[in-house]
Amino acid sequence: MNSKVLSLIKKDLLLELRTRHAFFGLLLYIASTIFILYLSVNDTLTADTWISMFWLIQLFICVNAVAKSFLQEGKGRLLYYYSVSSPVDFIISKIIFNVLLMTAMSLICLGLMLFFMDNPVRDLPVFVGITVLGGIGISMVFTVMSAIAAKAQQNAALIAILGFPVILPQLLLLNKLSRAAFAEVFRAGALWQLSGIIGLLDLLVIMLAIILFPFLWKD
Amino acid sequence: MDVPRLFILNETIRNLHFHVAMWFSMMILFIISFIHSVRYLNSGNYRSDIMSRNYASTGSVMGLLGYLTGAVWANYTWVTDQSQSLGSVLKEPKLIGAAIALLIYGAYFVLRGSFTDIDKKARVSAVYNIFAFLMLFPSIWIIPRLVGSLHPGAPGSDSGNPALNFNDIDSRLRMVFWPAVIGWTLLGVWITTLRIRTEFLTDKALMHE
Repeated sequence: MNSKVLSLIKKDLLLELRTRHAFFGLLLYIASTIFILYLSVNDTLTADTWISMFWLIQLFICVNAVAKSFLQEGKGRLLYYYSVSSPVDFIISKIIFNVLLMTAMSLICLGLMLFFMDNPVRDLPVFVGITVLGGIGISMVFTVMSAIAAKAQQNAALIAILGFPVILPQLLLLNKLSRAAFAEVFRAGALWQLSGIIGLLDLLVIMLAIILFPFLWKD
Repeated sequence: MDVPRLFILNETIRNLHFHVAMWFSMMILFIISFIHSVRYLNSGNYRSDIMSRNYASTGSVMGLLGYLTGAVWANYTWVTDQSQSLGSVLKEPKLIGAAIALLIYGAYFVLRGSFTDIDKKARVSAVYNIFAFLMLFPSIWIIPRLVGSLHPGAPGSDSGNPALNFNDIDSRLRMVFWPAVIGWTLLGVWITTLRIRTEFLTDKALMHE
């Protein structure tokens, strides 16, 4: 990692800190979603429903958090990045920033879920690990989708259309993996096998992003 | 010609030549579309974009046909004879994988529709095609092998892998099945090349050669 990537990440972080309304908007989004869930569920949720609700909320948080990463960059600013950095540095910095953002959001979301809904999680450390793993994977895929959708005109809706089919296999794997933290007994080694597949998918996303982004970049 | 009559499957095994062969053909057409997308990004040749798009659309048609023949087959085996509920049939890992594949190509065409600039459309949709293809197909090939399934080839079932393993399929079926795979694929390729050639003619003005 070189200094250009670092300074691009720093720029994104600073931007996030200075335009605090976006960040707090996101927090409010998470809180109100979970609050609505809390109000509308009378009974205790079964572990099954809990897991699917959790990942569904994660998915929508990610769409909201990551979508703006490319949409906020106007044409002039992109032109400026074009002259000071390479596309690979740019996409890597975006991915790292979004992974950081999404990891924070996932953990906040998990905390609120545990606070508002009752807590069916048996093995919290494992589930925190799974949450972070999932957050990383989802945010990387949506970073690429956001880069693609930013090239089209009606982009906000497009991210969902493009991203959901691509993220589905990963979400199904995460759903299955999450059951490990809910006292479901797995075959020996299945936990690592599933995590390994998700990790490999993440690696694939990074490689594809680095290979393909230069083609999206030049206009 | 005679076919082996297995319990539940009986004569419906003849559907193998349609259902499985169509999925093979869809897969091959999507792979061709993917290769043309890569070639487009390499060369920027508008012809590759036309080819990539048309192979993707014929592939989607083959996928829909695979769905239809699968629905007929499931109706006579899983639903009637094994009395599976519709819910358990729809949760089949392979059905989900196929649904995702068709959704992805649906998204691909939506993405294409949202551009006005031809070069940009070709480039961005080629990027999406490559990305989605490489994200999707490992999961289609890997995940159904890990989880339980009504389809043959799932772990723990004694059916082996009839689609790919030469020893798990009766030789009488094999004699028709592999030619059927080739036949459906060639039919798909032929239809696509017809469409590609018409488009080459109508878009002649756009090609600088």
